[in-house]
Amino acid sequence: MKYFLLTIWFGFLLHSAPLAQAEEMRLAVTTSFHNSGLSKLLLPKIKRDTGIDVHLLVVGTGQALKLGRAGDVDAILVHSRLAEDAFIADGFAPYRREIMYNDFVLVGPETDPANIQNATSAAQAFERIWKTKSPFVSRGDNSGTHLKEMALWASMSSDTSSFTPDWYRAAGAGMGATLNTASAMNAYVMSDRASWLKFANKGALKLHYSGDPVLFNQYAYLPVSDDKHPHVQGAVARKLENWLVGSVAQNLIGNYTINGQHLFTPNGQ
Amino acid sequence: MNDLWRGLSEAVRLIVSLDAALIEIVLRSLQVTVSAVLIASLIGLPLGALIAVNRFRFRRATIALLNALMGLPPVVVGLIVYILLSRSGPFGVLGLLFTPTAMIIAQVIIITPLIASIAHQAIRDLWAEYHDLLISLNTTKRQRMATLIWDSRRSLLTASLAGFGRAIGEVGAIMIVGGNIDHVTRVLTTAIALETGKGDFGLALGLGFILIALAIVINLTIHTISQTERGGRW
Repeated sequence: MKYFLLTIWFGFLLHSAPLAQAEEMRLAVTTSFHNSGLSKLLLPKIKRDTGIDVHLLVVGTGQALKLGRAGDVDAILVHSRLAEDAFIADGFAPYRREIMYNDFVLVGPETDPANIQNATSAAQAFERIWKTKSPFVSRGDNSGTHLKEMALWASMSSDTSSFTPDWYRAAGAGMGATLNTASAMNAYVMSDRASWLKFANKGALKLHYSGDPVLFNQYAYLPVSDDKHPHVQGAVARKLENWLVGSVAQNLIGNYTINGQHLFTPNGQ
Repeated sequence: MNDLWRGLSEAVRLIVSLDAALIEIVLRSLQVTVSAVLIASLIGLPLGALIAVNRFRFRRATIALLNALMGLPPVVVGLIVYILLSRSGPFGVLGLLFTPTAMIIAQVIIITPLIASIAHQAIRDLWAEYHDLLISLNTTKRQRMATLIWDSRRSLLTASLAGFGRAIGEVGAIMIVGGNIDHVTRVLTTAIALETGKGDFGLALGLGFILIALAIVINLTIHTISQTERGGRW
């Protein structure tokens, strides 16, 4: 009986072992790309048009870059210009290709205690949150969103390390988990628009500020250098890149809406 | 509270509709965890017997270490296995990172000390009983270990099931080494973490209830097949 069960089990193991398939590649993407639902739309179309099975690793920009450096993925799709430039300068990717953009929004309690909805700029909105010490949840995970937030605090010359945890909370988590935290604490939080619109646990949170060009959020595709990591699937990664900037993908991205709102503006060429 | 009801109804909906995605991740959860439990049992049960039967210099220290390793933090195991299997790590050429195999490796490391510790405890008690008999029959060490393992098989089943329990609910390590890739390395626990991140508590809880139900069904099945708790076989 025991051997019978074991035999069945190993048969199952062998059967479910990945068969040699057409083409596979690993792509590390930011949480916003996935949480927005866009990946769910694009992956089947990628498979249909190019035959590529894209294995998606949903991580923050910081971790995506780390995976690229180690050669554990074939390409990355991230949104943090400075970190991308450093990645290219170190030779881990030959270039970056812009795919699309959306924007960051400031979300907070319904009553808007810091009164950021009348702010004239993103910097002013941040300053008001800081001055009123209104609870604010930060990603705190070196993701693109987090780096952007840090840059905004830095622009008003406030050092986040001097922020006290009674109002400034670094969640150290992905966008969704951070939104969950903010929702539970009824705190301000900066999110990319796509993740915010798709988020299902909004609670008493409302979108209060958006529109400053500083909050522009460009997504770029970086194939990992096959000089640096010879095992990387360079050809497959380029094939996917060409598809992403092609008209089919760009139209799909541009027409993707949630509740009638456009989430991304394609700008690949 | 509302979320709990939504979770329950979501669980029922997923099961009744035999959701294809659900079946896939349930099967993968079982594939990874049962493989890990089989391998860890093959290592841990003989190891427990070995320590029980043999007298050697650092025996006490080994037992203490094994007990301490029962609390091995999964996240750290995941990170170490990740670094070892990464393309820039020593075993990078094998290309195992982000595969179910990597997840099995991590889980084997996590549950082997647990299985070995419980096995050692059970076999040591039986060894105290069998000691004089087995010595007087002039058995070899190997024969003694085999006899003890066979005669304490019901306790050892508990050891393996404890390992199963720890592995099936584990998320920290397999998230890191598996990467939670859809259709490749997504299992129940990583799917729950993902849905929680999306704020979809209903679906996350639904999957959670299914995970708990799965653990209960597996344990009941094993106990039924191996006919424990039957009259005269306490």
